[in-house]
Amino acid sequence: MQRIGVFVCWCGTNIAGTVDVHAVAEALKLEPGVVFSTDYQYMCSQAGQQIISDAITEHKLTGIVVCSCSPRMHEATFRKTAEKAGLNPYMVEIANIREQCSWVHKEMPIGTEKAIMLAKAAVAKVSLNAPLIPGESPVTKRALVIGGGIAGIQTALDIADAGFPVDLVETKPTIGGKMAQLDKTFPTLDCAACILTPKMVDVAQHENIRIFSYSEVVEVGGFVGNFNVKIKKKARYVREELCTGCGLCTEKCPQKKVANEFNLGMDNRRAIYIPFAQAVPKVATIDAAHCTMLKSGKCGVCSKVCTAGAIDYKQQDEYIEETYGAIVAATGFNPIDMGAFDEYAYSKSPDVITSLEFERLTNAAGPTGGKLLRPSDGKHPQKIVFVQCVGSRCSEAGKGKEYCSKICCMYTAKHAMLTRDKYPDTDVYVFYIDVRTPGKNFDEFYRRAVEEYGVHYIKGMVGKIEPVGDKLKVQASDLLDNRQLKIDADLVVLAAAIEPDKSARSLATMLTASMDTNDFFTEAHPKLRPVESPTAGVFLSGTCQGPKDIPETVSQAGAAAAKVIGLLAKDRLTCNPCIAESDEMMCNGCSSCERVCPYGAIGYIDKEFRMPDRTVKIRRVAKVNAAVCQGCGCCTVTCPSGAMDLKGFANKQIMAEVDALCL
Amino acid sequence: MQSVTRKALIDRAAALLADGTVNRVYGWKKGTFAYDVTPALFESAEELERDFVFGDFCGANFSKYLIAETRRKDGKVLVFLKPCDTYSFNQLLTEHRFDREKVYAVGVPCEGMADINKIRELAGDGIADVASEGDKLIVHTLFDGDIELDAAECLAERCKNCKSRRHVAYDELIGEEGTVRENGRFDQVEALEAMTPDERFAFWQNELSRCIRCNACRDVCPACTCEKCVFGNPESGVENKAISDSFEEKMFHIIRAFHVAGRCTDCGECSRVCPQHIPLHLLNRKFIHDIDRFYGDYQAGAEVGSRAPLVDYTLGDLEPGDAVKGGSAHA
Repeated sequence: MQRIGVFVCWCGTNIAGTVDVHAVAEALKLEPGVVFSTDYQYMCSQAGQQIISDAITEHKLTGIVVCSCSPRMHEATFRKTAEKAGLNPYMVEIANIREQCSWVHKEMPIGTEKAIMLAKAAVAKVSLNAPLIPGESPVTKRALVIGGGIAGIQTALDIADAGFPVDLVETKPTIGGKMAQLDKTFPTLDCAACILTPKMVDVAQHENIRIFSYSEVVEVGGFVGNFNVKIKKKARYVREELCTGCGLCTEKCPQKKVANEFNLGMDNRRAIYIPFAQAVPKVATIDAAHCTMLKSGKCGVCSKVCTAGAIDYKQQDEYIEETYGAIVAATGFNPIDMGAFDEYAYSKSPDVITSLEFERLTNAAGPTGGKLLRPSDGKHPQKIVFVQCVGSRCSEAGKGKEYCSKICCMYTAKHAMLTRDKYPDTDVYVFYIDVRTPGKNFDEFYRRAVEEYGVHYIKGMVGKIEPVGDKLKVQASDLLDNRQLKIDADLVVLAAAIEPDKSARSLATMLTASMDTNDFFTEAHPKLRPVESPTAGVFLSGTCQGPKDIPETVSQAGAAAAKVIGLLAKDRLTCNPCIAESDEMMCNGCSSCERVCPYGAIGYIDKEFRMPDRTVKIRRVAKVNAAVCQGCGCCTVTCPSGAMDLKGFANKQIMAEVDALCL
Repeated sequence: MQSVTRKALIDRAAALLADGTVNRVYGWKKGTFAYDVTPALFESAEELERDFVFGDFCGANFSKYLIAETRRKDGKVLVFLKPCDTYSFNQLLTEHRFDREKVYAVGVPCEGMADINKIRELAGDGIADVASEGDKLIVHTLFDGDIELDAAECLAERCKNCKSRRHVAYDELIGEEGTVRENGRFDQVEALEAMTPDERFAFWQNELSRCIRCNACRDVCPACTCEKCVFGNPESGVENKAISDSFEEKMFHIIRAFHVAGRCTDCGECSRVCPQHIPLHLLNRKFIHDIDRFYGDYQAGAEVGSRAPLVDYTLGDLEPGDAVKGGSAHA
């Protein structure tokens, strides 16, 4: 017979405000198996833990139930308490009477009744608990960073500086990401390339970093400390080790009419190209979709001019398999498609552009050499209208995003200010819903745009933009003056909302990392574990977790690196002993569990069984590899016969909980 | 009328027994009446000649019997499989339930099996015998003499909506191979889906309230092959759950439907053997229909070793939220 102790926590007034904790403790005394029950103000405090520890000794408890906050907060605390008092730590169950009870109810009688039910369920479960002993697993001291923007670059550098090898996977031909496309950066107005490219070079030169550019992650298996990852290195038809990046091929290639994605299609590049001058690796890439040689076999100019002999039209995709201890997602963002915002005439006029396109128009390496010229006729625009929140804070379903993209207020202030600074004869209007500029030196920056540079900030939204002749007729409302405005603009810049890169969704599935409804990665705890995914060993860096500016991205990238270093510094990890186990007498050998196991932890053996009639029967039965099993429980719900069970969460225990709640 | 004769099957089975390819035969054995044919094991040509039958009432699917039979005795067992039986046969092989090497499968074409309950409805009581003549059934009754019925009208529901007359497994085939067929097997499922939850509940309450828990559906089901069934295992914690409701059998059938989901080949044996005429196959078809919609068309047992959508996952799988909203499989 189990001797169970129940400890009800008040959590100050967090629980005691809506739950009669004394009543809960008293009610639980009547449960079968319960020999001790009490309540205390803060069970997690030293004094509270002492109460538990004393009770375990005094009442010879075989199991305890702590009625408190979520097990994610303090399960580990109370397990340690139990262990110190000589009880197996897996004989501890938590009844979550805070998040699942006191916080969601307002009335004391209801809260109390539910707390008693939850506690009874936990008692029913702990009665069936068995002591468990955890094993250990080794840690592969290598990290994988997925995404080579500023987030991935910073994370990779920080991990590598701590002495651990890092592989950086980037889907584009060069690392650098969005930051490489930017002109100046707020609030200091230093040039993006000037601060980014030294870091890119650092990455390339770092002895602990391997760059896999033009590559993507295609398969992820394993678990924390031992992820098995398959990386596809797409054929770039140029041998990286031979190419010197001289660029001769990109000048001689006769295929000149390929839209240049680095300049967002505002000019053209060749079929063989290097995205930009400071690209890392500085290696040419052949765009197979446009290369005449690859399409028809007739050309070969690049191969002829290449003195290094680096061109290889027969190159194939290459697959690399590697083991990692930790994985960092840094997949970044993209501006949303403007297709749903036809009222702004984005598809009708080339002079309606997005802010990222504006960055390229003002960048010295951009399509206009840094001169602000209209895409339609190359004239200098006299009147520019900036529209904020295009698709951000948009409640219309299917059109934009509900969230604030966070960076647009600041970069628009920057664009407006730089325009007025360089071209003082230009009229600049900014239409906004709210101007949001929290952050160090941010509001001062915005005030400068308004007060020193004379940018016309107008609270109100643009209703319609219509191209008429060479003008863009902008209809808008000024909410403060309560009047309608009509502006004949030469150029309109849309602050498009940002969204996570599309590759994030499939990556999250591979990593079994969770995402929110907007496809941003979810953090393990929004406040206390902001750079960790709920999946152990998977960390988050940059805008894949939520909209961020560069300073914030870099801080988070460093934080993610710190977490990775903390993990890789360990030689062994303690395994979770709550793993699957198969009852051979009931196993059909049907392979269902093997098929659903995400870790490849289940195999089969042919085993001899001595039957009651003295015959010997050989049957195929499942065998769980304890070192690989992570206790996810997929197999237990798939097993048709119920042979597979999860230690610590056995079907019987779950049933006992349900019975305690329902019967 | 079946396209191959009893004699053709007996001759082939006898030859395979004689040359030692097999040492026993699973086939249909005649009963007291024409329509109560039972599965049986034949060990000699004489036994075959005496008791073996093949006709419009040979609905029994022998796939499941192979699990026990291949373990019981060495040597190969011959099994006659109709097209729909071969799906169960493959599904069991996928689940490693018997050794393929110990079986010699002979494919038999099937023109659809008759349902004695439909014949009873049309011809009344006192049926002494049923003979097949072309597309007619001649029913000999004790009270009304011979009654001629249109064979197509007497087809079992599963045969009217036959999914395929093409075998997916055999060592040799007797007669002509058929084809995969257009069928309306999900029409009734869609009719049920169109009901309000209350109407649907009333429908199933009415149907399932007739259940006498004889376990015939479980015992005949080729997907129900667990070493130890959860309903026969007091340790499972499921046994008592099956009866803890106002109409106890509801839980039994729903639990069973979940257990065979993704593995059920829609052979229809459950409904055939149900003495209370409960359309149990509809529960399974609902799952099959949902799987088709959520993950793309999938037929359990169509090939050995296929990964059923419920025990597989691909990046294109439907997100649960979309499934709830009635979404369908990604292209």
